[in-house]
Amino acid sequence: MSGRLLVRGGRIVDPSQGIDTVGDVLIRDGRVASVSLEGQEEIALQGITILEASGLVVSPGFIDLHCHLREPGSEEKETIATGSLAAVNGGFTTLCVMPNTDPPLDTAPLIQFLRQRAKEVGLARLLPIACITRGRAGQRLVEMGELVEAGAVGFSDDGDPVEDPFLMRMALMYSAPLGVPIIDHCQDPSLTQGGQIHEGWVASRLGLKGMPSAGEEVMAARDIELAALTGGHIHLAHISTSGTLDLVRNARSRGVVVTAEVTPQHLFLSEEAVLGQVLEVGEADPYAPLTPFAYDTRAKVNPPLRPRQDVQALIHGLQAGAIDAIATDHAPHNLVDKACPFDEAAFGISILETGVGMLLSLVARGALDLSTVVRHLTIGPARVMGPRWSQFGTLKPGAVGDVTIFDPDEKWIVNTDDFASRGKNSPLEGQTLQGRVVATVVGGRIVHDRSGIARGPR
Amino acid sequence: MIQTRIVMSSDEIRSALSRLAHEVVEGNQGEGSSLLLLGIRTRGLPLAERIAANILKFEGLATPVGALDIALYRDDVLSRGPTLPHVTNVPTSVDNRTIVLVDDVIFTGRSIRAAMDAVMDLGRPRRVQLAVLVDRGHRELPIRADYVGKNLPSALSEKIIVHLTEVDGADEVLLSEIPSSVHSGNGIEGVSDRAK
Amino acid sequence: MLNDMDQHDSSTVIETKRMNPTCPDNQRSHVLDLDDFRTEEINALFDSARAMLEVLERGVKKVPTLRGKTVFTLFYEPSTRTRISFETAGKLLSADVINISESTSSVGKGESFLDTVLTLQATQADVLVVRHPHSGAPYFASRNLNRTSVINAGDGTHAHPTQALLDLFTIEQRLGSIQGKRVVIVGDIAHSRVARSNLWGLVHLGAHVVLSGPSTLMPWDLLEGREKRPGHPFADVEVEMNLDKAISEADVVMALRLQRERQDFGLLPSLREYARLWQVDASRLSRAKNSALLMHPGPMNEGIEVSPEAAHGAQSKIEEQVTNGVAIRMALLLAITPRLEG
Repeated sequence: MSGRLLVRGGRIVDPSQGIDTVGDVLIRDGRVASVSLEGQEEIALQGITILEASGLVVSPGFIDLHCHLREPGSEEKETIATGSLAAVNGGFTTLCVMPNTDPPLDTAPLIQFLRQRAKEVGLARLLPIACITRGRAGQRLVEMGELVEAGAVGFSDDGDPVEDPFLMRMALMYSAPLGVPIIDHCQDPSLTQGGQIHEGWVASRLGLKGMPSAGEEVMAARDIELAALTGGHIHLAHISTSGTLDLVRNARSRGVVVTAEVTPQHLFLSEEAVLGQVLEVGEADPYAPLTPFAYDTRAKVNPPLRPRQDVQALIHGLQAGAIDAIATDHAPHNLVDKACPFDEAAFGISILETGVGMLLSLVARGALDLSTVVRHLTIGPARVMGPRWSQFGTLKPGAVGDVTIFDPDEKWIVNTDDFASRGKNSPLEGQTLQGRVVATVVGGRIVHDRSGIARGPR
Repeated sequence: MIQTRIVMSSDEIRSALSRLAHEVVEGNQGEGSSLLLLGIRTRGLPLAERIAANILKFEGLATPVGALDIALYRDDVLSRGPTLPHVTNVPTSVDNRTIVLVDDVIFTGRSIRAAMDAVMDLGRPRRVQLAVLVDRGHRELPIRADYVGKNLPSALSEKIIVHLTEVDGADEVLLSEIPSSVHSGNGIEGVSDRAK
Repeated sequence: MLNDMDQHDSSTVIETKRMNPTCPDNQRSHVLDLDDFRTEEINALFDSARAMLEVLERGVKKVPTLRGKTVFTLFYEPSTRTRISFETAGKLLSADVINISESTSSVGKGESFLDTVLTLQATQADVLVVRHPHSGAPYFASRNLNRTSVINAGDGTHAHPTQALLDLFTIEQRLGSIQGKRVVIVGDIAHSRVARSNLWGLVHLGAHVVLSGPSTLMPWDLLEGREKRPGHPFADVEVEMNLDKAISEADVVMALRLQRERQDFGLLPSLREYARLWQVDASRLSRAKNSALLMHPGPMNEGIEVSPEAAHGAQSKIEEQVTNGVAIRMALLLAITPRLEG
């Protein structure tokens, strides 16, 4: 493999440097050597691998702040290997992996195991997130100092909230000097107990117990106040309601260290998806007779898909800069876990391979700017992780040689049979998306090249 | 394209029903009081009522009339499309009675077979006879009518259509020629093919 | 092409056409809820049910119509009356009825619902009658089956179409047409699959529906937007918490069963308060029309949603509902049993 990689002639979009023009990116020894716009620099082309990117968009490699890879413990749903392949196919060069595995990632050896496996697989970078509490039991804090040394980039009991406010306060206080965020899955258990989807007219129509928006908002409000109290960094995972967004805006204006992420599905789908009538935010006839395709478990996710008004608010908030990052919350499941009555189905969508397509479809529709999408997949997440990660999410010289190359115009039909992920649970099956990843580079190595745009030595 | 002609006028129908009434009484000498006419829905019913009225007029004998719905007994019930049964309404018990089934047309005999099964489920009649306005031949089962208004031998490609005032506003029996180019089916325009 | 039986029996051909004026191809495969039943279809079912009532009066209560057809009842929730009703309905039509309940081995052993329904389809089941504690289970079943028809005998809190049909049939048998009648539904409507299906049916047939009960048990989201949205199916449904007002001049009073768990889960302060404010007793019933019907899907909590006097009073049509239930289910089985090929 050549030590040099040239990504030639693409439209470089790097919001961290305010760049949006055609040019070349040179990567040497795994790091960005230079970005030359309009081909200003001459580069000796012998022995160099070239990715022909003209007509395509070139951006810093996408960072996913939030995904579930199921290994160790549920390898039938996903492994580090299959998840990493799904990630790079989907344009993600860095994954922050959630610790709700079996056993949960709450000790240093397990963190090291994850990093070791990622190195062996050799595709995307995996950054482990450790549990906040031992065993994810919500009782005692983990040994955060040792875990950060072992490589944890943040802490979360995701899947569950931290129910005990005092414990959350301690977590925020203790972690603050370590410079890593506490990531909370905001969900009040008693308000949302037994809930299957958003509490609204769809839930009522289908006779399903709902989770009210307030169930997320009361917890988000609590976490924000605790962050204010402690000076710690709270990161709100997968926000889904306009109410939560307002809380975040308000908190930021008060100077609280709060960041927030939103998933592609919460920007692209609304609660009607469960009706099986429409697959995107659109006009569903609320009272049309239900078909046998109602109760679509592939659209069952936590937090649930929300009403159109919330989706629109999140899109506007993203565009306005009120949200820090887009993260997939990739949650692969076996078909067995979804092929059952709705109440029995697992929550989650397998989304690594469609997330970028969904976002680019929104761009194609004019709902979002391309630079906004790229920003929230690159410098946005890098900033959430903290200054240690300043070499990520950017193409400035010296940054990690991670690049995502995509075609914002290519239309394609989602076919879960083609997923590298073991999770085929996607409500977008058969749906047409506009925008697709073409190639992915991690540390100067081409890890995904769908249509063969590479030339020269490998 | 489809040629239709009248093969029984209203006068002919009237005189046929008159004759049928006489024949029914003759065929059941001495048992007039145990007679029960059961009209097979739909057009068998008004025919049964008219025959009963004739019997009353000629013999002074009041004969009970009931309506028999055979929808639940047909052998093709599940292949001919949605079955909508109507109420079977029999004013007296059928036990020990002489039942005279009344229908407008006897053709393959399957309707009558179904009617007999229906009657047997209602009780144990002493005897069952059959009166029809038209016998058009082409039996597929060993069933015959005891009393026939008119024999109308017909080709399979022809359709016999009975209209009665009570149901259709006029009394007449029509015969329809279906040209061989038309798909052999019911031959009545507007009714969709259904058996698949 | 019509079968030779009536191919040349002209009278029945025309009869068929008139019986199905607007539903030429109405081969219904599944009965999941009343939201997709057209008025004509409901009326045709009522006609069919009347014929079935006559069969129920006979000495020999059996017709050969569904001979050779197999009906499985698959009940994941205990139920006596509904299951017996379906079993009777199937047997009177000469179908073979096989009952499977939670206590039957394979279901109890944790065989998945999907595997169970696929297995039953593989045994050439014609009809599957499903009752399940989770809303949507029959929908899930129907989309995974391609030969067997599914009848929803109650799914979670979502729908109970056969109960609603028999309720509507009872009303029609007694009061003539449902159009314009004032029908009051009292109780835990939010969690009542009977009420929800009845709502669809009553609205389709033009009744004026009044809902009454505690606001914690009112399905607000189902009614949401009915003032603002044109064409909202429940635009004319009235909500009146005060039962004395709601029941005034009612033609029909439907009392719903109140489950004790609602009190346990904090949705109600007490059953005592519920009974004080919403129990249908003789005095409240006297505010309804003299000819008013009192209905209840059963089983009754006498003394809670209905007083014993009212439950056994002259206006109570609860036993009639049971008989009508068999007739309606016979009509439904006939309507959906899959057609023979060719």
